[in-house]
Amino acid sequence: MDLSSINWLLLLASLMVASTPILLAGLGELVVERAGVLNLGVEGMMITGAVCGFAIGFETGSAVWGFAAAAGAGAALSLVFGVLTQVLMSNQVATGLALTLFGLGLSSLIGQGYIGERGVNVPDVPLGPLADLPVIGPILFRHDAVVYLSLLLCLAIWLFLYRSRAGLVLRSVGESAQAAHALGTKVVRIRLTAIAFGGACAGLGGAYISLVRVPQWTDGMTAGAGWIALALVVFASWRPWRLLLGAYLFGGLTVLQLNLQAAGVALPVEYLSMAPYILTILVLVIISSGRGRAALGAPAALGRSFHAAA
Amino acid sequence: MSALLQVRGLSKAYPGVIANKDVDLTVQQGEIHALLGENGAGKSTLVKAIYGLVKPDAGTMELLGKPYAPPEPRAARRAGVAMVFQHFSLFDALSVAENVGLGMEKAPKLRTLAAEIAQVSRAYGLPLDPGRRVGDLSAGERQRVEIVRCLLQEPKLLVMDEPTSVLTPQEVEILFATLRKLAREGTSVLYISHKLEEIRALCRRATILRRGRVVGTCDPRSVSAAQLAELMVGASLKRPDREGRKRGPVVLALTGLSAPAPGRFGTALSDIRLTVEAGEIVGIGGVAGNGQDELLAALSGEMPTGPRMIALEGEDIGALGPVARRRLGLLAAPEERLGHAAAPDMSLTENAALTGWMREPMLRRGFLDWRAARGFAAKVIESFDVRTPGPGTAARALSGGNLQKFVIGREVLQRPRVLVVNQPTWGVDAAAAAAIRQALIDLAREGAGVVVITQDLDEILALADRFAALNAGRLTPPVPTEGLTMERIGLMLGGAHDMDVARPDEAHQIMEGYDAPA
Repeated sequence: MDLSSINWLLLLASLMVASTPILLAGLGELVVERAGVLNLGVEGMMITGAVCGFAIGFETGSAVWGFAAAAGAGAALSLVFGVLTQVLMSNQVATGLALTLFGLGLSSLIGQGYIGERGVNVPDVPLGPLADLPVIGPILFRHDAVVYLSLLLCLAIWLFLYRSRAGLVLRSVGESAQAAHALGTKVVRIRLTAIAFGGACAGLGGAYISLVRVPQWTDGMTAGAGWIALALVVFASWRPWRLLLGAYLFGGLTVLQLNLQAAGVALPVEYLSMAPYILTILVLVIISSGRGRAALGAPAALGRSFHAAA
Repeated sequence: MSALLQVRGLSKAYPGVIANKDVDLTVQQGEIHALLGENGAGKSTLVKAIYGLVKPDAGTMELLGKPYAPPEPRAARRAGVAMVFQHFSLFDALSVAENVGLGMEKAPKLRTLAAEIAQVSRAYGLPLDPGRRVGDLSAGERQRVEIVRCLLQEPKLLVMDEPTSVLTPQEVEILFATLRKLAREGTSVLYISHKLEEIRALCRRATILRRGRVVGTCDPRSVSAAQLAELMVGASLKRPDREGRKRGPVVLALTGLSAPAPGRFGTALSDIRLTVEAGEIVGIGGVAGNGQDELLAALSGEMPTGPRMIALEGEDIGALGPVARRRLGLLAAPEERLGHAAAPDMSLTENAALTGWMREPMLRRGFLDWRAARGFAAKVIESFDVRTPGPGTAARALSGGNLQKFVIGREVLQRPRVLVVNQPTWGVDAAAAAAIRQALIDLAREGAGVVVITQDLDEILALADRFAALNAGRLTPPVPTEGLTMERIGLMLGGAHDMDVARPDEAHQIMEGYDAPA
C-alpha cells in the first residue's frame, strides 16, 4: 500500500467533478419531493439526459446544445411520470420504477449509433486570478461552467424555498395537498411544474456524466447515480445546503475508491464501491418507518396522491 | 339592514346523491345566520359553493346585489368571503405566520405579518404567537390561526363550518364573544352547526336543511330545541333509556398506564389510573389530540404497554397483543371508521370476520368458514338496522352512520367483557346516534364494562355514569356524572394548554370588554 502515490490535490479537485451529477439530480428531486411527489425515476431521467446530451452535443458540436437537449429530454420524460401520477392517479412508486426501466431501455436504443464516439469538448472556465491561487485555485476555481451552475442552483433553490412566497406555496403543497387545495392553490399544476424541473435537473446531471466526466457514451453509464441522488435527498433531510454537503461526501467516496484502487490498497475495493449504496439502503430504511420520516422532517404529504374530491 | 348574500335555487348533485336541491338562503349584513342540519344534509356542499370550492349545477348567487359566482376560493376571498374549515386547513410543519400568509391574497413580508397577527389576535381576544409551529398547537389555538387568517382580510362574510366541535366550553364562550363583536362591527357570519343550544345562544335567524332541501327558516330563540331537532331530523327522537342496570365487580383496571408518544404529533400517556365496573359506562372527555387515539391503542393492544399496567378481570394483560386481548373479552372500536375500524374496500362479511374470528365460531380446522362469517355479518346488519343491500357490500359504500352502526354492532354482538369505543357517534346522524347509544347502554345492562372516549360532552351526560377528562395524556380522577354541570366539565377539560384562556374569570374579563359599547 502506498498512500503517498495519491495526489490529494487532484483528488479534491476531481471530487467536485465527480459530485456534480448527483448534486444536480438531487437538487431537482429535492424540489419534487418538497412538493409532495416521490419520483423514483431519477436514474431513468439521468440516463436519458446522458444519451440525449451526448447525441446532440456530438451532432451539433456544441456542449451548450447538448446540455439544453439533456434538460429538455429529462423534463419530457418526467412529464410522462407527471401525467400518469398527477392526472391519471397512478401509483407514484410503481410509476417511478417503471420510468427508470423505460429510461434505461430508451437510452440504449438512442445511443446505439454513438458507442465508441468521442464527445464534444467542454472547456473549463477558470475564474480569473482566483484560479491561480495556490492549493485552493486548482481545487475550487478551475472547473467547467456546469460545476459553478450547480452551486448557483443550490443557492437559488434555497432562496426559493425559504425566502419566496412561491416556495412557501410549494412547501405547503408538500405538507398537505388537501389543505393547500382548500386555500385555492393549484396543487396539480404546481406538482407538474416541480416534476418537470426535477426532470430537467436529472437530465443535466446525466449529461454531465456523458459530456464531462467520461466523455463518451456507454450503455447504463449512470450506474446507479440516480439512486444515490434519491438517497441524498433523504440524507440531506430535504435541505439544499445539506444536499450539497452530502453530494460532495458521496462524490468524495467515489473518487477515493478509484484512487485507493490505483494505490493498491489491501482492502477489497468492492467494499468502497458498495459504501454509497449501503448508505442509500440505510437511509431508505429510515424514511420508510413513520417515526424516522417525521423526525427527519420529511414533507408530510410525500408520495401521497392528491385528488381534488369535491 | 340589507341583504349581503342571496342564494337562489342552488342545486348540486353528485353521482347517486343530491347534495343540494333548490336551496334559497339570505344572509343580512351584520347578522349571525345559522345553517342547521344533520350530517349529510348538504350544509358543507352549500358553503363550499359559496366559497368557490364546488361549482353548483344550477342556481344563482348575489353578493351585495351583484351577481356572484366564484370559480375558485381566491375569487371568493377577493369578493370578501372568508371561511374557517371544519377540518382545519393548516400545515403542521409551518409556523403560524406562514400559515396565515398562505391563505392571504397579498401577504405582506413575514415580519410585518407577524406584527399584524399579534395585533389582531389581541384586539379580538385570541392570543397567538406568530412564530410557533402549528403542529405544536392545541385544537383551540389552531382554530384561532384560521380565524385570524380570515380577519386579516377584513371579510364581509365569515363562514364557519362546525367551529365548536373541537373546543372546550370556555373556548366556545370566547369564540362566541368574538363572533358577536364581529357582527356588531358589520361583518356577517354564516354559522354552520348541528348543535341546537349553540345556535339558540348565538343566532337570530336560522335556515334549516334536511336531505339537501331547505325545510324552514326561523328565529331559533323563539322555538324550542325539540322543535328545531324535529325540523332537522324530520322525526322526533327518544332519549336513551338508562334504567335497570346493576353494578358488578371491577372488570378493567388501569394502574399507572404510561406510554411514549407514537409520533412527532402524538401524545404521550402518563400515569393513567381508572377502574371500570361491570355494568358501568365510563365517559372519557377531552379536546381532540389530548391522547384519545393513544389511549384507545393502548387498551386495544395496538400500542405496547407495560405488562402490569392493564388488568382485565384481575388478570394482567398489558403484555398481550390485540388478538389475545380480544380472546379474553376486551374489544375496541376506534374512531376512524374507514381504514382503522373497517377496511374500506372489503365486504361487510370480510370486515365482520376480521374482528369476529377470535370470538365467534368462524374457524373450521384453521380455515375460515365463510358461511358462518356471512351469517354473523347478517346478524349485525339485522340487529343494528344497518341500511345496506347485504353483507356482500363494500364497507366504503355505506354512509358514515350506517358503517358506524355496523362497526359498533360487530363488537357489541361478540358479547365483550369490556368494550372501548372512541367517538362512537362522530359524524353520525341523530337517529343512528341514538341507536348506537342505546346499544352501548344495553351492553352495560348485560354486565359488560364500557369505556366511551368522546369529544361530545352531551354524549357523556347522556351515557356515562362516571366522567374523567383527558388532558395532554393525563386522566383526571373520575367523578360521577350525576349533578355535573357543563361548566365543571369545561374546567376539567381546560387548563392543559398554556395559551388557552380556560379560567372563567379571565374569560369573563374578555367578554366584558366586548360587551362595553364600542
